[in-house]
Amino acid sequence: MSDKIKVFVLLGLLFLFFGYSFYLYKLNYSPENSATALADKGKKLWQAKNCGACHQIYGLGGYLGPDLTNIYSTRSKEHIKAFLHTGTNIMPAFNLNDSEVSQIVAYLKSIDATGIAAPSRLKIKNDGSIER
Amino acid sequence: MVVLKDNEFKKKFSFNNIVGTQYIFVALILLLCTLLFGILGAFQYVIPGLFRNIFSFEKVRPLHVSSAVFWILLSACGVVNNYLASVKGKLWSNKLYIWQWYLFIIAILTILVSYFFGIFGGREYWEFSPVLAIPIITAWIFFIINVFKSIGNFHNQPVYIWMWMTGVVFFLFTFLESYLWLIPAFRTNVVKDMTIQWKSYGSMVGGWNMLIYGSSIYLLDKISGTEKYSYSKIAFALYFLGLFNLMFNWGHHIYTLPIPKYIQYISYAVSMTELLLLGRIIYNWKTSINTAKKHYHILSYRFLVAADVWILLTLLLAIAMSIPAINIYTHGTHITVAHTMGATIGINSFLLLSFVFDIFNIHKQKTIHTITAGLYVTLAALFIFWLSLIIAGILKANWQMNHYNTIPFGVMMHTLQPYFISFLIAGIIASIGIFIIVFTLFNHNIKQKS
Ligand code: HEC
Ligand code: HEM
Repeated sequence: MSDKIKVFVLLGLLFLFFGYSFYLYKLNYSPENSATALADKGKKLWQAKNCGACHQIYGLGGYLGPDLTNIYSTRSKEHIKAFLHTGTNIMPAFNLNDSEVSQIVAYLKSIDATGIAAPSRLKIKNDGSIER
Repeated sequence: MVVLKDNEFKKKFSFNNIVGTQYIFVALILLLCTLLFGILGAFQYVIPGLFRNIFSFEKVRPLHVSSAVFWILLSACGVVNNYLASVKGKLWSNKLYIWQWYLFIIAILTILVSYFFGIFGGREYWEFSPVLAIPIITAWIFFIINVFKSIGNFHNQPVYIWMWMTGVVFFLFTFLESYLWLIPAFRTNVVKDMTIQWKSYGSMVGGWNMLIYGSSIYLLDKISGTEKYSYSKIAFALYFLGLFNLMFNWGHHIYTLPIPKYIQYISYAVSMTELLLLGRIIYNWKTSINTAKKHYHILSYRFLVAADVWILLTLLLAIAMSIPAINIYTHGTHITVAHTMGATIGINSFLLLSFVFDIFNIHKQKTIHTITAGLYVTLAALFIFWLSLIIAGILKANWQMNHYNTIPFGVMMHTLQPYFISFLIAGIIASIGIFIIVFTLFNHNIKQKS
């Protein structure tokens, strides 16, 4: 393979990669999930407390605790608040104040808008792909 | 004995330098930290609530994972610096090399200490405060300058040089990309945020793999005594195939998100081209074992073979997980963890160790025996470790699919206990194996110095 061909293939791949990347940066993703200012604070709090070490959202995260993608629609706000206050035998008590709890709840709500935690709610197609 | 083709070959491959060794020493200590925190984390799986109030899982997990990531990055940088100095006679700038090291050490130490105190702010894998990414980025820019300046030009370079250049650049790009969340437009839509996050992580791993696989091709040249492969058409074809995968195969992390369907198809289709890599490994299996067996580089060689076995296992699992219809089961389970740790231990760590033996020039029989014993212990235990995670994952997959609303999470986790226990025990044994290897390495170097 001559240097010319190699550089040509490399540039071609780079072109496709950056094209795809910038396309994905610009794409309008499910607007239902757009977070409010409160939810945005909740996300930062989620990161600051590293909830993701034990919990998944959309199946991503650590695995010691449950996935919280749909916790907003399956449990009440009081339930979430209670867990955050007392913790469990594994989860530490975070002692968040009321406004911090609302932030976390708003964040979980923005995820719940389109998120699916139970895979049985997705359809498997004949070509091996999946659909919502 | 190695059959050296000519003087040039000798110069390029037996230059005995100590560049990179200080990187490697710190990296090996980080490897030991990885083991320690990993075992602690596994204990927390087996004894729920262990250290809940002082040192719970949200601290232990990032300590474990960041130590692992920095072991890989730091040793890969050390190895590439060393091999580059061998190939080119010396590095372009010793100053940049030293400053890269200092910046890394400062960043890594600060990061680990901040985790201890529960100070976070980043996201999975880079949980530290984003400010600490600055020294890492700076160090990496120094690295890129040094790599490119040392290499000089593109003309008639072997494939590993291409891989190193690609790897360093892609790591920087994807690392920066993974911080796009700092911009509100990227952060405030959770689907966009997670898509870009996992896009960047998928390619980032591909980036450091370019550094590691490139080094393994350099080492194979050295062991086999010929440079035929690294200039061959097939080597470049596989390099481009690898690059293509690095760029486009990351979608399997986010199949279940509400994203346009073509993202799924692109990733699914691209991942299937990895079957070619798999075919090639199986095809090469016998020949690679026969030719190098009696070699002078026996220790490096054994670790390369061990990594080969794990490449096969990991690729099989990865290809399966790239099929959306299978991914829907494996996603969110410990099968993912089996895949990640299988790859970072079985492939990355074994390959990196094989370079370390080469750089430390280990030929004493006793040392070789001890390290080989450590390798066999690790390999056997790692397989049980990996299987335990896969079985736990399959059971969780069944629960997710069929009993999500009827059996509570806590009850399901309880039924996985036997597999978490075998995971813990196998993990401890594997750690003992790795500890023997690292300890023997340190001992060897201390003796050699004195
Ligand atoms: C050390 C691990 C750990 C950390 C860190 C952690 N959790 Fe938990 N969390 C758990 C476990 C384990 C459960 C209990 C699951 C069970 O037994 O049903 C749980 C339960 C919950 C529940 C109730 C889930 C349900 O199905 O009823 C919520 C809500 C929750 N956590 C939110 C959070 C938030 C928010 C954070 C961060 C501020 C956080 N957790 C941090 C481990 C953790
Ligand atoms: C060289 C050795 C090791 C490396 C490089 C390594 C690497 C990793 C990585 C990258 C992850 C993140 C997985 C993911 O997000 O999918 C992880 C998670 C983990 N590892 Fe390891 N690991 C090593 C050894 C061990 C050992 C010996 C143990 C235990 C005995 C262990 C226990 C764990 C645990 C408990 C998790 C967290 C799982 C979860 O998310 O709930 N690791 N490791």
